[in-house]
Amino acid sequence: MSSIGTGYDLSVTTFSPDGRVFQIEYAAKAVDNSGTVVGIKCKDGIVIGVEKLIASKMMLPGSNRRIHSVHRHSGMGVAGLAADGRQIVARAKSEAHNYENTYGEPIPIKELADRVASYVHLCTLYWWLRPFGSGVILGGYDRDGPQLYMVEPSGVSYRYFGAAIGKGRQAAKTEIEKLKLSDMTCRQGVIEVAKIIYGVHDEAKDKTFELEMSWVCDESNRQHQKVPEALLEEAKEAAKAALEEMDAD
Amino acid sequence: MDHDATADVNAPHSMGTTIIGVTYNGGVILGADSRTSTGLYVANRASDKITQLTDNVYICRSGSAADSQIVSDYVRYFLHQHTIQLGQPATVKVAANLVRLLSYSNKNMLQTGIIVGGWDKYEGGKIYGIPLGGTILEQPFAIGGSGSSYLYGFFDQAWKEGMTQEEAEQLVVKAVSLAIARDGASGGVVRTVTINSEGVTRKFYPGDQLALWHEEVEAHNSLLDILNASNPEPMST
Repeated sequence: MSSIGTGYDLSVTTFSPDGRVFQIEYAAKAVDNSGTVVGIKCKDGIVIGVEKLIASKMMLPGSNRRIHSVHRHSGMGVAGLAADGRQIVARAKSEAHNYENTYGEPIPIKELADRVASYVHLCTLYWWLRPFGSGVILGGYDRDGPQLYMVEPSGVSYRYFGAAIGKGRQAAKTEIEKLKLSDMTCRQGVIEVAKIIYGVHDEAKDKTFELEMSWVCDESNRQHQKVPEALLEEAKEAAKAALEEMDAD
Repeated sequence: MDHDATADVNAPHSMGTTIIGVTYNGGVILGADSRTSTGLYVANRASDKITQLTDNVYICRSGSAADSQIVSDYVRYFLHQHTIQLGQPATVKVAANLVRLLSYSNKNMLQTGIIVGGWDKYEGGKIYGIPLGGTILEQPFAIGGSGSSYLYGFFDQAWKEGMTQEEAEQLVVKAVSLAIARDGASGGVVRTVTINSEGVTRKFYPGDQLALWHEEVEAHNSLLDILNASNPEPMST
């Protein structure tokens, strides 16, 4: 349901007559067309998963990471233009570092999300900049517990129990809503996220994909890290099995 | 009369000082004397060396009065902004870190020893000592100022972990009072500030109501008082 914003969509400093800034909406489309990124908040931590669409068979597995650690206690999964996403991650790392140097404690996740969102929003205010063509799902564990935030290209940032961006976000959100997150540990959450990502991947339309997952929870000592190999394999198996079950129906 | 000891009243004010911060089970108690001196002249005999930074964090100031005031003004300003951004009270650790960043970066120009004490919901009551060079050290209790030299042995003996609020208060008042007895640059009254989950309480102990220590002499009535009395009897009490 996209309308053509003829004439009003040439600059990010132009409003349309119905109060929209088309350039920002177009930036959001870049995110909507990318591989799905899912994040959930379990009772003991956060799990982030990415459907990393593989452009070429010659790429090494594990390259072109879409999930980055921002600080010891937090990480972000990036959707949309990869290079834009890299800038956002770099800025987040810098903010976290400066905060700790000034205030002597790790940056609270709420504060980090605010700063990332401010930075993304900044780039929608000037005609000589373009909006970021990527959105991020930021998850972290600080002294107030585990928290999950999503930042969109418009600079808007909300806190979530479960969030999804990218191609399969509608289907993913439906699946997340079915989960009882407050009863789930991250161990279980990893399996569920894998099932969701395998489930929303469109075999017909898209090329093969690689599943990338990370967590920050009590089990990982509140550090953000890649999900351990063994658990990742277990999750992939469970996800494939769940798919076959669905096909068999 | 010595000529060079008679102070120029416009000379830099130094707080000779005894300052103390102790933790107890439930919060912290900050204590200080009230003498601000310029050489031998007591510029202020009732100064308040315990300064507020936020609702839940206070500091004890020693050394140069000007330096410690300006540092506390800056930190209060930064903490205010930080509180607005964070949306909740700043922690004691953050306050202490801001103090030591200023102390350390300007160590060539500043001469101030500060004790930061407060209560926050994450760590409870905490005391941080930030002496001259800008070191920061979290301690169960901290002492500072010229009068503190006379208290190291006292605290070695009298300090206990997990005291009640009454025990800690009495310990602080006794300690400041002992230091005042021996340190010429400390004196006046004893002020304490108690900070816990319920809030902040200030107490005041007038100098003449403090206990007398070894060789300290009781106060006598002033001759000026008996001259105005109906029946002037010299040295009647």
